[in-house]
Amino acid sequence: MRRRVAIIGAGMTLFRRRMLETGKELSFEAAKMALDAAGLTLKDIESVVEGSAPDAFDGVHMKGEYLIDGSGGIGKPYQRVYVGGGTGVFTPVAGWWNVASGLYDTCLCVAEEKMSPLHPHPQYAFWSIFDQILERPLGTTLLWIFSLEMRRYMHKYGIKEEEIAEVAVKNKGNAVDHPCAQLGAKITVDDVMRSEPICSPVKRLDVSPPSDGAAAVILASEKVAKKLTDQPVWLDGVGWTLDSTHWTNRDLAYPEYVEKAAKMAYKMAGIKNPRKEIDIAEPYDPFDYKELHHLEGLQLAGKGEAPKLAIEGVSQRDGDMPVCPSGGLLGVGNPIAAAGMMKVCECFWQLRGEAGKRQVKKDAHTAVAQAWGDLMQVGTVTVMRS
Amino acid sequence: MPFKIGIVGVGYAGFDTMTPGLSTRELMFEAASRAYADAGIDPRKDVQSFICCTEDFWEGISITDEYMPDQLGAVLRPLCTVSSDGLVGVATACMHIASGLADVAVVESHSKASDVVNPNEIMSFGFDPVYNRHLDVDPRFLAGLEMTRYLKDSGTKREYCADVAVKNKKNALSNTRGVYGTNLSRETVLASPNAAAPLTELESSKVIDGSIVMVLASAEKAKKLGDHTVWVRGIGWSSDTPVIEDRDLATAAYAEQAAARAYKMADVRAPVSAFDLAEVDDTYSYKELQHLEALKLAAKGKAGRMVDSGSFDRNGKLPVNASGGSLGVGHLLEATGLHRLLEAILQLRGQAGQLQIPGARKAVVQSWRGIPTATGAVAVLGN
Amino acid sequence: MSQKITSYPGHEITPEDLKASKYLEIIQKVEPKYSWAAGVAISRFLNELKEGRLIGRKCDQCERILVPPRMYCERCYRPTDSWVYVKDTGTVNTYSISHVGTDARRLKSPLLVAVVEIDEASPGMGILHTLSEVEPSRVTIGMKVQAVWKPAEERQGAITDIRYFKPFEGV
Ligand SMILES: [Zn+2]
Repeated sequence: MRRRVAIIGAGMTLFRRRMLETGKELSFEAAKMALDAAGLTLKDIESVVEGSAPDAFDGVHMKGEYLIDGSGGIGKPYQRVYVGGGTGVFTPVAGWWNVASGLYDTCLCVAEEKMSPLHPHPQYAFWSIFDQILERPLGTTLLWIFSLEMRRYMHKYGIKEEEIAEVAVKNKGNAVDHPCAQLGAKITVDDVMRSEPICSPVKRLDVSPPSDGAAAVILASEKVAKKLTDQPVWLDGVGWTLDSTHWTNRDLAYPEYVEKAAKMAYKMAGIKNPRKEIDIAEPYDPFDYKELHHLEGLQLAGKGEAPKLAIEGVSQRDGDMPVCPSGGLLGVGNPIAAAGMMKVCECFWQLRGEAGKRQVKKDAHTAVAQAWGDLMQVGTVTVMRS
Repeated sequence: MPFKIGIVGVGYAGFDTMTPGLSTRELMFEAASRAYADAGIDPRKDVQSFICCTEDFWEGISITDEYMPDQLGAVLRPLCTVSSDGLVGVATACMHIASGLADVAVVESHSKASDVVNPNEIMSFGFDPVYNRHLDVDPRFLAGLEMTRYLKDSGTKREYCADVAVKNKKNALSNTRGVYGTNLSRETVLASPNAAAPLTELESSKVIDGSIVMVLASAEKAKKLGDHTVWVRGIGWSSDTPVIEDRDLATAAYAEQAAARAYKMADVRAPVSAFDLAEVDDTYSYKELQHLEALKLAAKGKAGRMVDSGSFDRNGKLPVNASGGSLGVGHLLEATGLHRLLEAILQLRGQAGQLQIPGARKAVVQSWRGIPTATGAVAVLGN
Repeated sequence: MSQKITSYPGHEITPEDLKASKYLEIIQKVEPKYSWAAGVAISRFLNELKEGRLIGRKCDQCERILVPPRMYCERCYRPTDSWVYVKDTGTVNTYSISHVGTDARRLKSPLLVAVVEIDEASPGMGILHTLSEVEPSRVTIGMKVQAVWKPAEERQGAITDIRYFKPFEGV
């Protein structure tokens, strides 16, 4: 017996390279803000979901347990869910099943990431995501698979680096209007092209930064939501999919796993023509080409055709289908799990018309948020409606 | 409408101190293949959700779900990690089914403890890095603290804890999965070296390798899948504070809360007389007593005496850990809850062999995530 | 951020704050250690590397030859059927020029990394490795490459028994 689920409050902390607050404190700040926004206290919450990516960042084993008090989970049914970088959008998905199943009427969903504790650099944690026998001995970094994928994508569809750079320009520009943003800036395609090569074709300005931060939403059943707010945002579709472990055996030019996840969410939400029905998209953009890749997976652009959207203005904030009006990970920052949740929060604020300077021009009723993770492998998708 | 979700297939592999011939993924493939055959399903067609219960540091891999899909038949399907004990994975599967997201959902958890060279250090990484981790001692010190406080507050005799180890290790002698089955005297248990005084080594379970897979289905779908469905009638899970100094170390608040939720769903009003068997967490001897009281299967402070008097023996009033539990069979890290669920399911199906409790129809299963957590789950089962 | 919300929690720490010891840090080394069982498929693969050969597994149902080998076919969900030697040559599926190491520090000289689709395995069966003996600017997608092995006495049964791949010189 599926029940309709609504988002009734959202909150987030600043995203910064290094924060004074611990992971617990960041979780608390975001959760408290979401509770306040919904007009609730922790007593009103029946279950709690926490999303956080690798334990290696914090050096705490069973990080989900460590974060319980900060996330408001003491004495409650508490779950930590985890699908790598896809976790942020997956956290409200887990909240969705807590409520849609009829088990609980209210669920607090918190996503937190504190990347700065790891020395010498948070990137080091990503070494241990690779196959310990066949890949780690080669001295892998996460940047490798992104650059390998970006190159394959460019090759397959004849896309130029300059076209991809338009995404970085758009998103960092949008982030200027986000009060929590770490890297909002007005830059040009030239700036991106001239930035230092890291893992060619990936350059410094193609990449989102490591960050600390947290974000949270409150979910409620239809009955409870209607009592508490006149402006519920309905979480009408959820989807997720994992592809094979063997990423080197896969078509790197197209994210089939995102397509499958999106189709699952669209089917649930009754969306038949995504490009026509979706007003705002917040696809995962840890790298600029990833936004394009994911727009194609989300069926919002044909294969190889996503670069046109930014260039022709469709995906700009005043365009026909704004993409990452928040500023995305490239501009707001990328505290892994919190970054995906930030996208869900942005959709919530946009659909309620509360996004202030970031409010999109068009009258928006349907939004999609998506995150990606693991070894080029997982897609997580939520569809929201006002 | 009463809560009712079917467990239609079980499979397992391993149950040994080491499984050096197989990788984690190969071990999982064995367990999953058996579970799918047991349920009569094809994972490539019939399953809408896969759930793995794992922790990164036990695997030695960050983001372990990366390495899960292929061997479960989950490629390009919904699969996720729930970083918890397998019973919380079962709760997740129940929610997926109850929400209509899935007709059939699969839960996997495993232990490849033999891959881990320094398990004590990893357990220590679970402690608060600022307040607790500087203590350079065996992480089981927390068990020692809890046991001391439990004995004092409940007035339980120290010897009764040893009796738990005696009972469970003896039960495991009849279990084909049992690794640590043996006949011991209370005196031998008490005289074994201290793990963290007062807890002794023979009262502290030892890790083994294994993978367990469960196939769950909606009531409607379960009717079409075989004739040995065991029903989940209630399920609950809960966590106490992660700050160990803040906890009431004498009681297992998480188990009380989880049981209250599961009992409410299953409409269990008098737990003492509601079940034909119980599988409760016995990672350490005193934990079984603490948990029996939290589950209201024994009055506060009375669990120890009831063990001593044989009430919880296999032929007693309420057989508790007739399988041998974690002390007798071995501890499977995050798969421990699924192991105990497996033992209860085999009982309710009448497939428990030498362990069989005649006429078993209702069971309660409880898990605990181990040191340093205060998190656990409870499931109420019926056939 | 909602326009209804006017203040945003969190306090940034700058590198200068840290240098000035304005905030306390607790420094710990977390050193988990593992001895992973490689399993049936990868143990054989590693043993063959030691012999200077690449091996895959064949699934008779979908008729794919899988590299690296695995004992189960993830598409058909059944055990794979037989061992098949494959060539130590292949085609560059994609490549990158890496200027950073595992911990994000800049490398003294850039490293060429690639996904190499192995000849005689099924289409798309690539492995991750490095390229050398070639100018970065001359690498192309679709380029033929061959494995450069360590001398037999130095091989240990590891992926690094292949030093790197270089442009194919054979016929
Ligand atoms: Zn096959």
